[in-house]
Amino acid sequence: MTATTDVLVVGGGSTGTGIARDLAMRGVDVTLVEKGNLTHGTTGRMHGLLHSGGRYAVSDQASAEECIEENRVLRDIAGHCVEETGGQFVQLEGDPDEYFEEKLEGCRECGIPAEVLSAEEAREEEPYLTKDVKRAIRVPDGAVDPFRLCVANAVSAENHGARVETHAEVIDLLGDDERITGAEIRHETGPGKRSHGKSGETEEIRAEYVVNATGAWAGRIGEMAGVDIEVRPSKGVMVVMNCRQVDTVINRCRPKGDADIVVPHETTAILGTTDEEVEDPEDYPEERWEVDLMIDELKRLVPILGEARTVRSFWGVRPLYEPPEVGSSDPTDITRDYFLLDHEERDDLHGLTSIVGGKFTTYRMMAEEISDHVCDQLGVSATCRTAEVPLPGSEDESVLDAGMDRFGLRSPVARRSTQRLGSRADEVLSSVEPNPVLCDCEAVTRAEVRDAIDQSGTDLNAVRIRTRASMGNCQGGFCCHRMASELHPEFDEPQAYAALDDLFEERWKGERHALWGEQLSQAGLNYALHSATMNRDRDPADREEAIAFGEFDGGQRGD
Amino acid sequence: MAIEDDVTVVGGGIAGMTAALAAAREGVDVRLLSHKDSTLKSASGLVDVLGYLPESDGEGPLSDPFEAIPQLPDAHPYRTVGVEGVREALAVFDGVVGDRYRGDHTDRNALVPTHGGAVKPTARYPASAAAGLASDDRSALLVGFETVTDFDAPLAADHLESAGVPFAARGATISFPGDFRVDAKITRFADALDADERVAVQGDGYTTELPVREALAEAVKPHLRGAERVGFPALLGQHRPDEVRESLEAELGAAVFEVPMGPPSIPGMRLEGALTGACREAGVRFTTGNPVVDYEEGGRAGSEDIAAVRVERNGAAIPFHADQFVLATGGLVGKGIDSDREGVAEPIFDCHVPHSGDRYDWFADAAFGDHPFARFGVETDDDLRPLDRRGDVEFPNLRAAGAVLGGHDFAAEKSGAGVSLATGVAAGRSAAKEVSDS
Repeated sequence: MTATTDVLVVGGGSTGTGIARDLAMRGVDVTLVEKGNLTHGTTGRMHGLLHSGGRYAVSDQASAEECIEENRVLRDIAGHCVEETGGQFVQLEGDPDEYFEEKLEGCRECGIPAEVLSAEEAREEEPYLTKDVKRAIRVPDGAVDPFRLCVANAVSAENHGARVETHAEVIDLLGDDERITGAEIRHETGPGKRSHGKSGETEEIRAEYVVNATGAWAGRIGEMAGVDIEVRPSKGVMVVMNCRQVDTVINRCRPKGDADIVVPHETTAILGTTDEEVEDPEDYPEERWEVDLMIDELKRLVPILGEARTVRSFWGVRPLYEPPEVGSSDPTDITRDYFLLDHEERDDLHGLTSIVGGKFTTYRMMAEEISDHVCDQLGVSATCRTAEVPLPGSEDESVLDAGMDRFGLRSPVARRSTQRLGSRADEVLSSVEPNPVLCDCEAVTRAEVRDAIDQSGTDLNAVRIRTRASMGNCQGGFCCHRMASELHPEFDEPQAYAALDDLFEERWKGERHALWGEQLSQAGLNYALHSATMNRDRDPADREEAIAFGEFDGGQRGD
Repeated sequence: MAIEDDVTVVGGGIAGMTAALAAAREGVDVRLLSHKDSTLKSASGLVDVLGYLPESDGEGPLSDPFEAIPQLPDAHPYRTVGVEGVREALAVFDGVVGDRYRGDHTDRNALVPTHGGAVKPTARYPASAAAGLASDDRSALLVGFETVTDFDAPLAADHLESAGVPFAARGATISFPGDFRVDAKITRFADALDADERVAVQGDGYTTELPVREALAEAVKPHLRGAERVGFPALLGQHRPDEVRESLEAELGAAVFEVPMGPPSIPGMRLEGALTGACREAGVRFTTGNPVVDYEEGGRAGSEDIAAVRVERNGAAIPFHADQFVLATGGLVGKGIDSDREGVAEPIFDCHVPHSGDRYDWFADAAFGDHPFARFGVETDDDLRPLDRRGDVEFPNLRAAGAVLGGHDFAAEKSGAGVSLATGVAAGRSAAKEVSDS
């Protein structure tokens, strides 16, 4: 099987989907391939902070300036993905005054609105802050939903004619020592299991130009091309709480250190993070001390975190990169800046560029720069419009308001749905009757789940990231099977159950790091519901051998 | 004057109520203390005894649970009470529930379809589920309702067939007749069926009113196509399930059964009602709505007895004195076993709960792996008295029953209700005997 395209983008994270959207809007024919589902790598494993730039205002002012610029752009073009929470850099008694002053000065130098709050003012804004607060700097940090944003980019790219192929892994690059001319991909599908792309086959995609936007995995693609890309993957843990202990982003105002941020995100608060260099972006230890460190350190900022319910933890891998001559030994010293590696310039290999480093907040800017570069190579003169044109769902706030009216502002379910769907709310919510709630924790209705299935097929993890279904307190115990039921009868029974098993395992994986107290009790309940009540752990349909039904109680008919 | 009973049972689930009932029937004064709704509301209402042996990957289901009990590990609660103890407890249960449950005509397990589309082995099943047994070869139609999202009848029917059941299964999803809210709870449907409320039904160009049982049968008829039995999610009446089922059977000309569901479980609530009734009849006093938080030691010098448990009410701690106590507070799910980042504990008496010091040893990596947390609970001597870390009895007058006991994984084995019944009866009788002997 063969396909052709102008540009092949490898990687379905924020940068890859951003590039696909940008190029597609400029009229370039784009194909994007991602080995997992969208956001599968780094993007889906961040804490959801929309940087104001304050975090880098002392250490990395160039990044800080980019952040504040893009922060403003994303509020404009992706309103339905951003929550304007604001943020505080909190100084505790004993934290250095000089650094506080430097931070404030740095923010002002970088054009980041910054205001000093007294201890009283800080605690008035965030009542759960510790009494040890000395003062704080208020900055326009925000919370962003990376899943929704990434999906919106992909949908926009498709609307402009791009092909977006998930569960499609690059297994080889096409071309020779001088020029890359495409890639061979393998669709991760098979009869009776999944049906995203074609059924379990490989495909050659021939392209004029290939963009390697695989972040921490960039070295892998580099190897296939015979070039050396020294990404330095660095892991960080995030701990998810069951409710929002804070409504603004709380940063600890000190030079640097692990466990210094709490980000409110939808119904949760996310604690972060560590910074540990790892060898392999896919295989690294997920350790207990990291989880404990988050709680023990951050409860010094927000004491109730020590007693609060933790629902799960997850780890992300930063795609850090620094030019070989720098040689930092500590990953926290490595710049958060991004680098465009043109392999023609660098390695005499035509047709391939890699983008490495960078951070989520500036994904659009990175995409713009690399799209400019690709357009140069292809001789395309169109200019970038991604900073002006809203993403799907954010086009028109009045549509959102109308949708909220129509579905009743009093209903928290409708409010959450319209917030998630943005301007698509009316279209989606009116598509299914009746429309009961499938996920009670996150108030996700059947219509939203079906809409997500229309977009992503049997991959319930892709449904999850689009809707937040199964991401609440119960971690899917009460709703995974309801979500899987929505696949049927469009998809057959084995596909629906395989999808259920996948989602259930995925939810379990992160919950393992929060198994004490309330969440262990919840895990016990989930396990009992699925094992004792449904017998999913020893489901007779999974057995090789048939059950001898005749040996069991046949009932007492006729009584 | 102090509150004083012969036996005080802490916990209102199957184990607690069975212990209280068994003790009261021995002629002693019994009080049962319970805080919140028991986990019966979350359980299916099936009474499992033993469906699989531990670590029996790929083996089972067991057709005869009694035969398998002697093969269980020594630490298993069934080994403490013995096969006879299990049989005696089932006899108590059968007497309490009467016609409401089936399965006592044979030692063999029944295979009951679950709302997840699998079948599972169980020893006693509600009469309402009896026509649904998987060993029965009559063709079945499963009926689901659009807004009852836990049960997808066509998918469940397909899945039953892929398990090789000896009957043809089909599924249909219909709208529950009448003008019910999209978010109506299943108890609302059950109430409507109990009362046979009249509901508005759309006909061909007209609207009419029908009793809801008849309207439901009419909605099912076009899908019947000769099916000999019809299964619904378990919502066919909270209080008059037999009557609801008989009405539907008469209208449909087919047997009708319920498929047990998760929370809120109407069969679980019916069972709770039956047990509560039996306890009240036997003279058990109930004190509910407030948590037992700790205990008072015996007043006599050198005594290790518990003198009283303390219930917290409006900030005050009220002592309930008794001669003997039964701990039936449930496991991790029922909060009879508690934990934090550092360890696992039994919160009222601080009884020893064996566990690893590293919380990463509490679980297996796979969702359905062999989880140590599933076995968390107290260890006991052969009189069900909890043991401390040295293996000595914690308190001479405290026994434990049900999910607070360690050493078994009720979810994997399908043994939850059976363990609660067997240890409840044994603990209750033993406590009463102690009172009578003293």
